[in-house]
Amino acid sequence: MRKLAAIMKTTAARLSALYLLLFGACAIVLVIYMTSVSVRMIATQTREAVNEEALRLGRAYDRGGIPALVRLMEQQARQPGANLYLIADPNGRLLAGNVESLAPGVLDTRGWTTRPFAYERYGEAAAPGPTTHTAMAQIITLPNQMILLVGRDLGEPERFRRVIQRALIFALGFMALGAFLIWYFVGRTALRRIDSVSEASARIMGGDLTGRLPVTGAGDEFDRLSENLNTMLGRISALNDGLKQVSDNIAHDLKTPLTRLRNRAEEALSRKSGTKAYREALEATIAESDQLIRTFNAILMISRLEAGYSAEATGEIDLAAIVNDVCELYEPAAEEARVAIRSKIVDTPTINGNRELVAQALSNVVDNAIKYSAEHDEHPEVLVTLARREDEVQLVVVDNGPGIPPEDRQRAMERFVRLEASRTQPGSGLGLSLASAVMKFHGGRLELADGDAGLAVSMVFPAGKASS
Amino acid sequence: MRRTMAAKRNDTDHRARMKILLIEDDREAADYLERALGETGHTVHVARDGDSGFTLADGGDYDVLVVDRMLPRRDGLSVVAGLRARGNDTPVLILSALGEVDDRVTGLRAGGDDYLTKPYAFSELLARIEVLNRRAASREVETVYRVGDLELDRLSHSVRRAGQDIVLQPREFRLLEYLMRHAGQVVTRTMLLENVWDYHFDPQTNVIDVHVSRLRGKIEKGFDKPILHTVRGAGYMLKAG
Repeated sequence: MRKLAAIMKTTAARLSALYLLLFGACAIVLVIYMTSVSVRMIATQTREAVNEEALRLGRAYDRGGIPALVRLMEQQARQPGANLYLIADPNGRLLAGNVESLAPGVLDTRGWTTRPFAYERYGEAAAPGPTTHTAMAQIITLPNQMILLVGRDLGEPERFRRVIQRALIFALGFMALGAFLIWYFVGRTALRRIDSVSEASARIMGGDLTGRLPVTGAGDEFDRLSENLNTMLGRISALNDGLKQVSDNIAHDLKTPLTRLRNRAEEALSRKSGTKAYREALEATIAESDQLIRTFNAILMISRLEAGYSAEATGEIDLAAIVNDVCELYEPAAEEARVAIRSKIVDTPTINGNRELVAQALSNVVDNAIKYSAEHDEHPEVLVTLARREDEVQLVVVDNGPGIPPEDRQRAMERFVRLEASRTQPGSGLGLSLASAVMKFHGGRLELADGDAGLAVSMVFPAGKASS
Repeated sequence: MRRTMAAKRNDTDHRARMKILLIEDDREAADYLERALGETGHTVHVARDGDSGFTLADGGDYDVLVVDRMLPRRDGLSVVAGLRARGNDTPVLILSALGEVDDRVTGLRAGGDDYLTKPYAFSELLARIEVLNRRAASREVETVYRVGDLELDRLSHSVRRAGQDIVLQPREFRLLEYLMRHAGQVVTRTMLLENVWDYHFDPQTNVIDVHVSRLRGKIEKGFDKPILHTVRGAGYMLKAG
């Protein structure tokens, strides 16, 4: 019973049951209608045949009286499936015909009998099996007061009804078979695919994030569903991988400063030194913590940028002003590192963006450029160029440092990636990735290329309204 | 009455004692700030939700309010906007765990005077609170700032020390102007970037320090006494003697 309930829970079984119910009902209505129409038709035919017979017998009587009538009657009665014929005297005694006995009172009526009556055919009493039949008859009084009955056995419509019943059972059987076939095919094909999709998703939920839903290549709805879900899964797993990468990197990159922080504090405690040493240790600890906070803020900012800012944070900004500000801000620091920083503003485009973010991104790029140019021995130099190229605005920072090999450039923009060459330089390793996130937020991109001597970092913005 | 006394004390003690209201629901953060600010000599009251914070701020005579943005019952920005609507102009520092760029703008638009994103260094918070202190804000209207023998004329854009003219670049002038306006107070690097350069991001390296040391070279070279001091782990302070 429980098994049946489980089967009924499947869509295929429900569909089949519904099909069976619907078509069964249709078949029953159809059969009932047809039966009633046919029965009525047969009844009409019976009446017409009986009426015609009665007329013929009437004509025979007119021609030759009772003898002619009886002769014709007997001749007709011998034929197979003959009608009922009977002549009785006015008192109801049977005189001639093929009827042995009648239900009482039938001969008292005239015209058509109102309901079927029972009778016994002549000579059938000795035969085995049921001998009573039912019939409808026309009863007329002949001119000589004799009673003439012409009727027809109702056995035929009864047989017809049985045929129809058999047909109905047959049809219902067929429909049950059809329902089974539907259950089988719908269940085996279409619904099995839904099952495979749900099984695959269960596996994925179980932790196998690399799993994908089956695509048969039929290009039907199921394939489209699977493809969309697969795209979604791909996106989710890319985000997940990104998240994992970030947390791994955070764990890795923050472990070192945290360990250093802890060790320094421990060392300061264990050494029985004076207030001055304690003070120095604490100040170093604070400086280290500040760097940690800075790193956290950069991580937060990148995540927020990647999640997408509201458009409210943007407006028309003057890139030339930002270039001047950042160059002015970095000029003393560059000078201290013996780096010459120059800016070349070819165009003064206005773009749609966020002033703070662009300034921060540019200062990160300039900061890097100064750091790496400073490694260059003679005349380290950083050049910041702002120019419009077709429908783009390019803000290019070129240094003459060691550059980044082409195969490492993509990686350099990823979070926390600090190329081996730069491990010795201070910094969180987030500068370029933050700049890259800022550029993506502005619908632009950050490009790393070869400069004349070192690296050229291009911040490429889509040009806003032409205003240069 | 109380304020005049405090003002008098301010003349002798640069680090004025302030009465601070901290509206913060995070118990640990609130306890830490209460203790740390208390140790620096300030009186701290704490409210743990927006409603009681508003009531306290509205009734009490505070020098600075430190308001967390996300608070139970009534959010921080609504508290600040409500106070401003009632004509309460106590300086407000908004604290936020959100670091969106437009958060600062919405925070300041709601009536905040300064904005700090968590996580922050305590020295940064302290420096900003002390600068916000409304009794120190009176220097805005002065045209000539004097710290020891250093003198800055805001109208003629001239700087003199011990009667000797000092030539400064425009940016150096603005840097010195800001430091002198907040003489005796710690000024952090980010505060300088915000107020002198009008950028609100975190400078990656020592860019600000180099600007300050250049300025220091100009105002201290040839004079015996240092006047622009470095406060380790925090920032800078301009102070005579």
